[in-house]
Amino acid sequence: MAESINHELIQSLTERFGEKIIGVSEPYGLLTFETQKDIIVSVLEFLKTNTVADFNFLTDITAVHYPEKKHGIAVVYHLHSMVKKVRIRVKVFIDEHNPTIPTLTGLWNAANWMERETYDLFGVKFEGHPDLRRILNMDELGVHPMLKQYPLEDPNRVDKKDEYFGR
Amino acid sequence: MFYIMSNINIVDAPPGIEGSGFFATSMDKVIGLARSHSLWPLPFATSCCGIEFMATMGSHYDFGRFGSERLSFSPRQADLLMVMGTIAKKMSPVLKQVYLQMAEPRWVMAVGACASSGGIFDTYSVLQGIDEIIPVDVYVPGCPPRPEAILDGFGKIQELVRNESGRRRNSDQYKEMLASYGIE
Repeated sequence: MAESINHELIQSLTERFGEKIIGVSEPYGLLTFETQKDIIVSVLEFLKTNTVADFNFLTDITAVHYPEKKHGIAVVYHLHSMVKKVRIRVKVFIDEHNPTIPTLTGLWNAANWMERETYDLFGVKFEGHPDLRRILNMDELGVHPMLKQYPLEDPNRVDKKDEYFGR
Repeated sequence: MFYIMSNINIVDAPPGIEGSGFFATSMDKVIGLARSHSLWPLPFATSCCGIEFMATMGSHYDFGRFGSERLSFSPRQADLLMVMGTIAKKMSPVLKQVYLQMAEPRWVMAVGACASSGGIFDTYSVLQGIDEIIPVDVYVPGCPPRPEAILDGFGKIQELVRNESGRRRNSDQYKEMLASYGIE
């Protein structure tokens, strides 16, 4: 059943948005596609209100950092249809040096904290967000720690000598 | 009942000069003796080490035997800060404020790997040992330490309390140590 819905979904999406729906795949049956940041809000609004599946639940907003790519930050949206028991994943690749994307808080209030978390960890600036400040890390941290240029380990740690770890 | 009464241990008197009708010793020793057997701990429990502390407080290990039956959940009445668990960097100003609110003399015990060194959480968001922000008297190793280890650490604290000079907290060395943590 999920496959027929996926097929229907991608058909109505390409009808509505045409060339701007790219990279369609279905890993483990989860419909995944890429789109662009100028239409992301209308794509998700379309998925929420106008399609067969009624994606009424925003599961997650997060990001992935690909330092080697030209548009190095992928903002990833997961939606869930409570009615049809089907999920969908939408990705938007944005510029690492100017990571801005419109906010989703107008569609789902749940987007508020998810976007704050994504801003905290990846530095993605959600334009139009009512209160975009750090949510998990301390305010003085100064960096967005999930970006790959920052080391995971705390530099203050003095007891972890490389020789103990064979490096 | 008589059996129980005869089983009560009374702490030995500190060394001093004894004669008929008098006993002379130093003030430090008397105060140290009394303090070491009535420490009020403030449990700052943030994770699994805190669960071990709960076991330590329970009837089987019975922390109260050492004069610490009464936990203080107000730092203003506590003598001993027991930090048990991972301290995130976001939490560190809270921990420091708790320490600052304690009245002198105060002691600090770092229980477990996380409080002592950050433990397995060698990452950007976790404080790599509470001694980055407040002075620590005793470290208890373990992940988490068993109640016996916590009791042993507490015994070390008692030893420090018993032998502390009454002037230590006014000494320049102590003030310098506090100043190195940014505490006036």
